Amino acid sequence: MKQFVIRRIGYCVLSLFLLSLTIFFFVRVTGDPATLLVEPGASPADIAAIHHQFGLDRPLIVQYALFMASVLTGDLGQSFYYRTPVLELYWSRLPNSVMLATAAMAFSLLIGIPSGILASVRVGRFWDNAGKVFALLGLSLPSFWVGLVMILVFSVYLGWLPSSGSGTPLHLIMPAFALGWYFAASHMRLTRSSMLEVLGSEYVKLARLKGLPQSLVIAKHAFKNALIPVLTLAGINFVIMISVAVVVETVFAWPGVGRLLYEGIAFRDFPVVQGTVLMLGAMTVIVNLVVDVLYAVIDPRIRLAS
Amino acid sequence: MLFTPLLEIENLSTHYVSAQGTRVVRGVDDVSLRIHPGETLGIVGESGSGKSTLALTILRVLPPAARIVSGRMMFEGEDLLRKSDEEMQKIRGRRIAMILQDPMASLNPLFTIGNQVAEPIRVHEGASRATAWNRARELLKSVRIPSPETRVTQYPHEMSGGMRQRIVGAIGISCEPRLLIADEPTTSLDLTIQAQYLKLLRDLQRAHGLALIFITHNLGIVAKMCDQLAVMYAGRVVESGPVSRIFNAPMHPYTEALLNSIPKMGDDRQRLTAIDGQPPDLSKLPPGCAFAPRCPRAFDRCLQSAPPETAPEEGRTTRCWLAAPVIGVAAPVLRREAV
Repeated sequence: MKQFVIRRIGYCVLSLFLLSLTIFFFVRVTGDPATLLVEPGASPADIAAIHHQFGLDRPLIVQYALFMASVLTGDLGQSFYYRTPVLELYWSRLPNSVMLATAAMAFSLLIGIPSGILASVRVGRFWDNAGKVFALLGLSLPSFWVGLVMILVFSVYLGWLPSSGSGTPLHLIMPAFALGWYFAASHMRLTRSSMLEVLGSEYVKLARLKGLPQSLVIAKHAFKNALIPVLTLAGINFVIMISVAVVVETVFAWPGVGRLLYEGIAFRDFPVVQGTVLMLGAMTVIVNLVVDVLYAVIDPRIRLAS
Repeated sequence: MLFTPLLEIENLSTHYVSAQGTRVVRGVDDVSLRIHPGETLGIVGESGSGKSTLALTILRVLPPAARIVSGRMMFEGEDLLRKSDEEMQKIRGRRIAMILQDPMASLNPLFTIGNQVAEPIRVHEGASRATAWNRARELLKSVRIPSPETRVTQYPHEMSGGMRQRIVGAIGISCEPRLLIADEPTTSLDLTIQAQYLKLLRDLQRAHGLALIFITHNLGIVAKMCDQLAVMYAGRVVESGPVSRIFNAPMHPYTEALLNSIPKMGDDRQRLTAIDGQPPDLSKLPPGCAFAPRCPRAFDRCLQSAPPETAPEEGRTTRCWLAAPVIGVAAPVLRREAV
């Protein structure tokens, strides 16, 4: 088990290194941040001064080395735009993102898992077909569109919910729904297919042949096995939620990490983009690691194989 | 035949119907069989001949596409087809148990052996966890699993194939059923383990007075294990009767071909004897006898209409025009030549 965890941590470090390299160079392809920071018609000397101030006039390799050196000391640099440490900005926005993602995840699991089980048990009948329609809608309607329609219906026409901002639980409902919608469909589909696979297995057949009641066959023998892939997906989805929340957070003006990244990209605020992406990447690999370890806890075969 | 049969199946048919209802596969077609207490009935046939479907029909654990379309299944005087789902649940595992083909796949990987062996005891007898686990240890001992004390706390992947199959056997007998159906239980075991397992089944059968339905495609095992034999082809029982009499004088050309295909010691032929042709598509059965296209002795009538089940001798049945009363004169002659 110990070796298993150590090996996984090694992979995590490698992934993050590659990510830092990629984001560092790609963000520099987007353009010159100085042109957005100076007033229109500024002299080349002014621009050069800004380049010098942010260290953008040095060779890329040196910039990257300095960036990595400060990352290793836990410093993600200063925002060009806000003039405050990126990490500070990140931490101030993260709770909002986590709150939104948690609500969206809870919603997606509460809808996705039971409907997936129902569809698999009633395969080919009404609930299965209803689930298929739901999954199709969930996977094909983009979250910003769902968000906009909800704002139109619940804020503009009905006036039940605030259209944007944060602060009360009411503010959370629409963004969580818009964000969780897609994931509910994806969890439902995976639960269904995973359950169908398990329900067709020999051990479920044997459980039936033992004379166990249907509820026990499904809840104990099938569900626990079917849950393994769903849990993995949910763990990874949680991090994806925080990242893809960029769109939903922008639509609902939700002050999360996604919106921070959006602003960073819009202002060519390199340190913000690098820092946010790197932090999101770190979260992704950590959650993957935790899911892998949880996997090993649930499934005795993985525990031993490692 | 003095006693009432433990299980008497009459004209049982199970069909698989496609989602649109356009394709019907006759998995089990008009099957009649009986088995007495303590007896062993072997069911042989090629893959896809309906053996497993028949077994699953008896326990009514069929995939959703399957329908039991007609027949009766009298078990200890009650018709299993008239039972509600709840009543069937109480019969499964308790009065009729079944051992599946693949020992590697029939245990749930996420639960301990003890949990899985104790489960039917807890469900059917309402035993406490401690009692059920004690019984589980005894059961493991009775199927000769060494150190059952530690084995109960282990998981399926920590056992060998032979051990797992014995554990599945232990689950089968856990509630002392009257009838045990074993669906090719030795197919995936190697030969020495096979022999051990067959001996174990025999011992268990004797110890518990079990009736055993043994599904296999291995005629050697049938000869060793079974009292009665039913040969299935394309969902139908083409021949049934006492094993020794069928082996000595098969009535159906298919049975004969099966018996001839067993390689014999001292046989100097270079090639194995196979039955020419392929088993038919069960959704497009020919109008006549399903075996006719492969049968070396087929004649016009075989291609036109399917032969009914007849009983040319006491205790034996067959479905072949050669054995039918109308042309009964020709059939025995041919058979004597063949033997």
